[in-house]
Amino acid sequence: MIDVIDLKKSFGDVEVLKGINVTIHKGDIVVVIGPSGSGKSTFLRCLNCMEDPTSGSVIFNGVDIADMSVDINIHRRHMGMVFQHFNLFNNKTVIENIMLAPVYTRCQELSKARRKNAWLGVKNRFASADKKEEPVPITTTKAKIKEEAREDALRLLKRIGLEDKADAYPSTLSGGQKQRVAIVRSLAMNPDVILFDEPTSALDPEMVGEVLDLMKALADDGMTMVIVTHEMGFAREVATRVLFMDEGVIKESAPPEEFFAHPKNPRLQEFLSKVL
Amino acid sequence: MGDFGRKIERFLEVFIEKNGYVRVLNGLQNTLLIAVTGLLIGIVIGTLIATVRVVPKYKRLPRVLNGFCSFYVGLFRGTPMVVQLLVFYYVMLPILDINMTGVQVSMMVFGLNSGAYISEIMRSGIQSVDPGQLEAGRAVGLSFHTSMMKIVIPQAVKNILPTLGNEFISLIKETSVVSFVGAADLYVAFSYIGSNSYEFMVPYLVMALIYIVLVMLISLMIRLMERSLKKSDRRN
Repeated sequence: MIDVIDLKKSFGDVEVLKGINVTIHKGDIVVVIGPSGSGKSTFLRCLNCMEDPTSGSVIFNGVDIADMSVDINIHRRHMGMVFQHFNLFNNKTVIENIMLAPVYTRCQELSKARRKNAWLGVKNRFASADKKEEPVPITTTKAKIKEEAREDALRLLKRIGLEDKADAYPSTLSGGQKQRVAIVRSLAMNPDVILFDEPTSALDPEMVGEVLDLMKALADDGMTMVIVTHEMGFAREVATRVLFMDEGVIKESAPPEEFFAHPKNPRLQEFLSKVL
Repeated sequence: MGDFGRKIERFLEVFIEKNGYVRVLNGLQNTLLIAVTGLLIGIVIGTLIATVRVVPKYKRLPRVLNGFCSFYVGLFRGTPMVVQLLVFYYVMLPILDINMTGVQVSMMVFGLNSGAYISEIMRSGIQSVDPGQLEAGRAVGLSFHTSMMKIVIPQAVKNILPTLGNEFISLIKETSVVSFVGAADLYVAFSYIGSNSYEFMVPYLVMALIYIVLVMLISLMIRLMERSLKKSDRRN
């Protein structure tokens, strides 16, 4: 699903990623670990081009999204992202946070279809009978889109047990609640893959569990996930593959059992001996 | 004190019997019109410039626009309002051969001028919003433009509302120079009353009072707006 080919990223003179090659298949749960400054977060942010790669390509569903001429917004809609600091929209209520992107993008598509049909009406008038084009069928309205998105958002909120917080503002939620809302916000777009950038690092210890539980539930549903984390227990339990990054390259890539039991790379052995 | 009483009498005579109040109301209308339109134009221009200045500058177009905006801001902050009014009215209009009344020119110049100031206010507002907000907007697939309009700028406006109120207040007060280009504002109305009653003390006192009341009303309005925008901060 995602093919990363020789991905490099520099900030000024500092080369953070020095050629990364990874393939992520559908249903994979890839956990990326490594010491700080090793480029894990940068790697993750390059996957959806939050940072534009300096060179190399990221092939997502057959399209190289590292190419600057690609409309990145369309591809990001299929690629959720969850941030360390939640980044819920502070000026929107919880349910508006979840509904904003689906409603906006669907309304945009609707207007586009309407514009196209209007243009076709003019064009067909001048076209010969066999060249007339069929208008795009329009089956929805803006009100309907909103209603559907609201139902969808409420269903998602119910899943995380926060339906009573639908009309609250993010500033009234606890960290764990915010992060769970952030996760379902990315789910609302029905993404093919969700990227997690240290989703539990900014949480109080007692709130880490609720977020990890939600992520486990997503994993059980077969969601493809790429997770940068320091939660070794979680990596061992949920991951299908664990990557060890250091100095801008992937030093080891293995299924969790082998990764934790028989690390081959000396740097990884040292790292594991410190954190486990 | 009897002297002062006579002055008030003379003021009231011109104010009421010689229809001075019509001029005052007309002046008040012009003053508010110039300040409000100026502010609205200024907010639009200021937001545009501020957005241009925070856009990442990898490409050529944003860099060119950015250069133009710096020039614009430098120009309008670097010259006094009176000079701008005079240049527009007595230099630009004849050259471009356009007919505009003093009030129209004032509205335009006040808009352009406050645009330069508001752009800086807006830029600080936009930069006060956590960059994560824009990132989150981009990450769910909204364009830069949409994320700015729906997420960043509403939060920025909330942060800068008190400063924006200051700008509006100073606009109201600065309208007292528009008589330079023949626009009849409050000052013109009251000096008319003054010169017709041969008595300037009371008219100018009343004028000062009207400005104070105007500014107090505006501060009240801003406070109410702030309170209604604060609802996303309130913990319940």
